[in-house]
Amino acid sequence: MEDFRAQNWRSILTLGLLAGGLVLYAGAVGMIALFHEREIIDDFITLGQLILFIAPFLAALAISRQLREQGEGMAAVVGGGAITGFLTALPSIIMLLFNSDDFRFLLDYSLRLMPFAAASYVAWRAHRHGGGGYQTLGVWLLTAALVGVVTGSLALIFDVKGDLRSVLVNIDRDWVEVITFDRRQELLSGILVYGLVSVGAGAAGAVFYIIPATPRKALFYGLSATLLVGVFGETARLVLQENLDRDVLSAIFRRDTIRQSPALILFAVSTIFGLLWARFGQRIRADVEDRVSVEHPKTRAIGAIILIAILLALPWTVGRTLSDVAVTIGLFVLMGLGLNIAIGLAGLLDLGYVTNYAVGAYILAVLTSIGPLGLFKGTFTFWMVIPIALLAAMTAGFIFAVPVLRMRGDYLAIATLGFGEIIGKLANSDWLKPLIGGAQGVQAIPKPIFFGLEMKNPEELYYIVLVACLVTLFVSVRLNNSRTGRQWMAIREDEDVATAMGIDTARAKLLAFTLSAATGGVVGAIFAAKVGTVFPNSFTVFISINVLSLIIVGGIASNPGIVVGAIVLIGMPELLREFSDFRFLLYGVLLIIMMIKRPQGLIPTHIITHEMRAGAKAKVGAGG
Amino acid sequence: MMTDKHKRAGSDILVARGITKRFSGLVAVDELDFHIPRGAIASVIGPNGAGKTTFFNCITGFYGIDEGELVFNGARIDGKTPDQITRAGIARTFQNIRLFNNMTAIENIMVGEEPHLRSSWMGSILGLPSTRNEDLECEERGFELLRFVGLAGKGDMLSKNLSYGDQRRLEIGRALASKPKLILLDEPTAGMNPSETAETTDFIRRLRDELEITVVLIEHDMRVVMGISEHITVLDYGRKIAEGLPAEIQSHPDVIEAYLGRGAASAAISPGRRPEGGP
Repeated sequence: MEDFRAQNWRSILTLGLLAGGLVLYAGAVGMIALFHEREIIDDFITLGQLILFIAPFLAALAISRQLREQGEGMAAVVGGGAITGFLTALPSIIMLLFNSDDFRFLLDYSLRLMPFAAASYVAWRAHRHGGGGYQTLGVWLLTAALVGVVTGSLALIFDVKGDLRSVLVNIDRDWVEVITFDRRQELLSGILVYGLVSVGAGAAGAVFYIIPATPRKALFYGLSATLLVGVFGETARLVLQENLDRDVLSAIFRRDTIRQSPALILFAVSTIFGLLWARFGQRIRADVEDRVSVEHPKTRAIGAIILIAILLALPWTVGRTLSDVAVTIGLFVLMGLGLNIAIGLAGLLDLGYVTNYAVGAYILAVLTSIGPLGLFKGTFTFWMVIPIALLAAMTAGFIFAVPVLRMRGDYLAIATLGFGEIIGKLANSDWLKPLIGGAQGVQAIPKPIFFGLEMKNPEELYYIVLVACLVTLFVSVRLNNSRTGRQWMAIREDEDVATAMGIDTARAKLLAFTLSAATGGVVGAIFAAKVGTVFPNSFTVFISINVLSLIIVGGIASNPGIVVGAIVLIGMPELLREFSDFRFLLYGVLLIIMMIKRPQGLIPTHIITHEMRAGAKAKVGAGG
Repeated sequence: MMTDKHKRAGSDILVARGITKRFSGLVAVDELDFHIPRGAIASVIGPNGAGKTTFFNCITGFYGIDEGELVFNGARIDGKTPDQITRAGIARTFQNIRLFNNMTAIENIMVGEEPHLRSSWMGSILGLPSTRNEDLECEERGFELLRFVGLAGKGDMLSKNLSYGDQRRLEIGRALASKPKLILLDEPTAGMNPSETAETTDFIRRLRDELEITVVLIEHDMRVVMGISEHITVLDYGRKIAEGLPAEIQSHPDVIEAYLGRGAASAAISPGRRPEGGP
């Protein structure tokens, strides 16, 4: 370890403390304590504890890679991982000490020492950079005074309140319980356990990096399969509940948590499968690709049929709760596909998509409601109003597009954002109250009736959403690969040049806004029928932001990406209710990570090939 | 020989009378009279900031002109929008290449064919036979143009991934896709080495000889200008200071002054620098 480079130490320190800061932050916002309530494996590990394991593990993994690239030996890598692991725990441990009655004096001391330490450090730096004696002294005094004011006021706050908890409300008993692994009474042993766990997880991360690829992949499959089933235990139980009898179910799950032995079996099976796949996967895949060509129309048709069969059978195999989630995801997929026409294809950053959604919902509500605000009291049915909602949303999209046709980029975004707000205010206004009920909204919207069958459950509504999604997908794909799609792309790339190519950009943009609005209207109508009531509160800017985020995360202009984006951003918080409190925090984190690491989205859009396809056709023609 | 052809063609394809373009006080193009003979290869030259590109932008409708009139092929085009002017038969390229970067080469060309497409979005959604046929024809013409500009086999590459020379060629190909009667090339050989420049020069001749398109170029490379132009217009500070055949321009005192400064005009340019192949 003698020639262990300073640079490596610095990376370990930075990354370890960064991860540690994140763990402390997760605790301070209450995430760890809340996630602790969700058990992943019965009586073994909770989601909150998982964070405490995962953070040092991942940090150590990243460090190991760097150390390996620097050519460090095994021992150095494992040691580095262990130290990283410890640093991950350090901020939380310090907070634990500050928070305890016995060691609170540490906080006082450090607050008092802080100005001197900080001033000495800064003065030392100044001196090293060639500052003279008086300058150094001046720097020292100035820094000491500045830091002293800050720490002094902090000390004052803590002294007056007498307790850290009054400032950091989530640094509470629950958090301490999780961090010390249920050793709140004997704090030092709790700290020791937590420190050891972190060091162990760090070392494990390093070891995981060092071991050969095959067992590593196998372990990866095993761990991720087990953890996924564990984390989504409730979902897994709901799916299995439809298909297994009660005894088997209770052998696997205790309420929503998988029991230990089934988890072990799952881990073993998936690890063995992973081992086999890591060993033979490549060959099997090559073998399959030899026999069936993915590009072949027949293969694609069979694939499509299987996919549609799965989609059709979905609500009856997963049960009511999950069907409801599927409907929600479907509605967002639909909105994503619609908004993607404006944002992805034509490059028009529309932040007021909620407008179309609101128009569709209110049109359906007013026309079909059998309550006091219904205009026709049941004369119009759901099916008759859907086309009307569609046309109304298109009209609204058209009208709102006209004034913003000349705007571009940021200006367009702000203007459309304004439209979204206007709609919210209008829906809430006294002026429209006689028509759409103001804050009370419109109630008593009947469910759709399909040949005498009232579609009141999510399992039935699911099919409406599915059909709407498929139709929209079809239209979107057709448009994308057409003259109109190319016009939009050209406008997205360079509007001036698009004009110079003879494209009537105003017309093309109007069309994009209008078609994009259409699906928004349909989604609004379906949503209104599903919920049965329409309130202004449902139409906030967050709808627009949600839809935009799922497009960005999934991959702009990529249809499969939108589906994946909706599942990740809309489905996950529904399935993991603990997440929903931190939905926007996690959104933010996810968006930042995506923008840095994968700006093209989870499933980037693919290039439409013309020449290759034409070439293949010519070859087939010549052959036959 | 080319001069004969140009005489036979007769009338001017583009006539500008007294056009003026001001940018809040600054006069970028000043009462410019200008004409381009049908079937000619004409050049616009002038020092930096002379208003050449502004002049192109006025012709193509990017800028509205403040005074004067523009007549293309017998019809007024001033006051029309860029897309209408493109549909009337004027295509252009840009000084700094402006391709649709995230679209493939063939898609760039297919967008260029826009003025000749009729199909509607409804037809595309429904997959009407007429729309499909038009799409196939559009694709087919795209392949032809790719071959013509020497990019066959690179059609499915994103245009941003093409080499610099290929991008220049693709941009011309995209301009040709609108089947223009007049093409404006803004510094087509900028940034090219001598052999690429020679290739491009030949290519510009083919545009006129094979496709019978009138060509106007802005160019700084005097070898190119003197080598292929049959008609040269010299701009300085937005005004036309000379016009005529390459030989006349080369010895024009005002031109020499504009390029080299006052005083140099008296020391006349040596006649030996005339390019070969000139009249």
